[in-house]
Amino acid sequence: MTDKRCTEDDAVATLADGMTIGIGGWGSRRKPMSIVRAILRSPVKDLAVVTYGGPDVGLLCAAGKVRRLVYGFVSLDSIALEPHFRAARQSGSIAETVELDEGMLQWGLYAASLRLPFLPTRSGLGSDVMAFNPELRTVRSPYADGEELVAMPALGLDAAFVHLNRADGRGNASFLGPDLYFDDLFLGAAAPGRRFVSAERLVPTGALLDEGSFHTLRINRSMVDGVIEAAGGAHFTSCEPDYPRDEAFQKEYADAASDPERWSAFTERYLSGSEQDYQGAVRDRG
Amino acid sequence: MTVAELADICAVAIAEAFRGDGEIFASGMGTLPMLGARLARATFEPDLLVSDGEAFYVAGDLPIGGTDKTIEGWIPFRSVFDTLWSGRRHVVMGASQIDAEGNQNISNIGPWARPTAQLLGVRGAPGNTANHVTSYWVPSHTTRVFVPRVDVVSGLGYVRAAAAGAWIDAHHEIRRVVTNKAVLDFEGPGHRCRLRSVHPGVTVDEVVAATGFDLVVAGDVPTTRDPTDEEAAAIDRLDPKGLRLREVKA
Repeated sequence: MTDKRCTEDDAVATLADGMTIGIGGWGSRRKPMSIVRAILRSPVKDLAVVTYGGPDVGLLCAAGKVRRLVYGFVSLDSIALEPHFRAARQSGSIAETVELDEGMLQWGLYAASLRLPFLPTRSGLGSDVMAFNPELRTVRSPYADGEELVAMPALGLDAAFVHLNRADGRGNASFLGPDLYFDDLFLGAAAPGRRFVSAERLVPTGALLDEGSFHTLRINRSMVDGVIEAAGGAHFTSCEPDYPRDEAFQKEYADAASDPERWSAFTERYLSGSEQDYQGAVRDRG
Repeated sequence: MTVAELADICAVAIAEAFRGDGEIFASGMGTLPMLGARLARATFEPDLLVSDGEAFYVAGDLPIGGTDKTIEGWIPFRSVFDTLWSGRRHVVMGASQIDAEGNQNISNIGPWARPTAQLLGVRGAPGNTANHVTSYWVPSHTTRVFVPRVDVVSGLGYVRAAAAGAWIDAHHEIRRVVTNKAVLDFEGPGHRCRLRSVHPGVTVDEVVAATGFDLVVAGDVPTTRDPTDEEAAAIDRLDPKGLRLREVKA
């Protein structure tokens, strides 16, 4: 039996400069933030990031880690616009941006997870998504309708990171909140070897259904290479039902974007040490 | 008109956008769109499905921000996408820019390569507008929002939809744009943006001046109707804290 337990730093150590990584969750909800923080601590750079974006994008952009960004939106949910992402776009610091309809992003991940070159969709047709992404192609239905559709290309990933509520040491994992988001597709779209699940709590396999029905068990161990126990790993994004979004902290994060001095004070206070230091600094704040 | 009266008129005007929709997902982005959907369901369009804004369809009158809900279905984001591609949905979205053809922008202001103001990204707007009825809620009707040409086409207007093929052309509809001054639709010649009604106390000239393109104004423009007693009672029930007042500019 393979024990896949590892740390955030172990997971990030598998990355090389220029790789394409997928980050699960949605906006400011159940993001694998402890892994994002490990990326911030690491020397890895020039990443291509595929995500339904939230503060994962903001933090990685603020640290200059992002060469290419593939997204449908970037938002903090309760704060509509992500200030660090905005600053990065407005200063032109992201070399390549691929903005897609939310459904196209799902389709790209799904195609990759099914090992298909593309999946057809109407979403995107007629919009500036087609103009801004000239590499997108259309395909004509071979049937009587003859309709022209977007051939959404597979979004294959070199690595995927998701945060779930419970997992066992072999990579079976459950979501206990209202929405899986697209976490299974991120894992499916990634090459074997770098598919990582962090979880609020690791439990014995026999306890995986103690807190939810079998419907919650959507990630199985064939989809996962490494498992990280990370209590508070989604902080400050929400991880229902374990904890809601830390709105006060999120506001502190967003406000700190307003000037470089405040941002360097924020990073000094929260992001200069280990994950343990981060969780301690969060606990210690007034 | 007080802000409270204006907010109620906007809520009813948004609810009116769902009239006749039947048993589909009435989806609202933001407080007033959500209130409008729930108001329509609570009064004249009882078969609508409305969500809690997170992942559940809720039965009964769930107040805005309320947590004591009767769940009647599960609608995680994946099911939202399935539902919208199936066409069983009408969404009321926000819009940072709208033009006379009904193109909508929530992505960014200025050039794409290096925007002067990055906004949300296109989100689901391209797919929404290609697949089902879409309406918009604009809390502040100004020439900054109603522009001759949107900087980014996130949601398709009529010309873009027609160019995107016969299927999309047949399924695309921008039903209403409800603002703090007026209700607009696209029933002008060639689906150009038309002034459908002005809110009480607002003149046609004011709306025309606050619109950065030539608005179609045909004949006598009616006044947006007031809530009925039943609707006023439902609004109080659905938004007892008055959260709608924070979202509308007097």
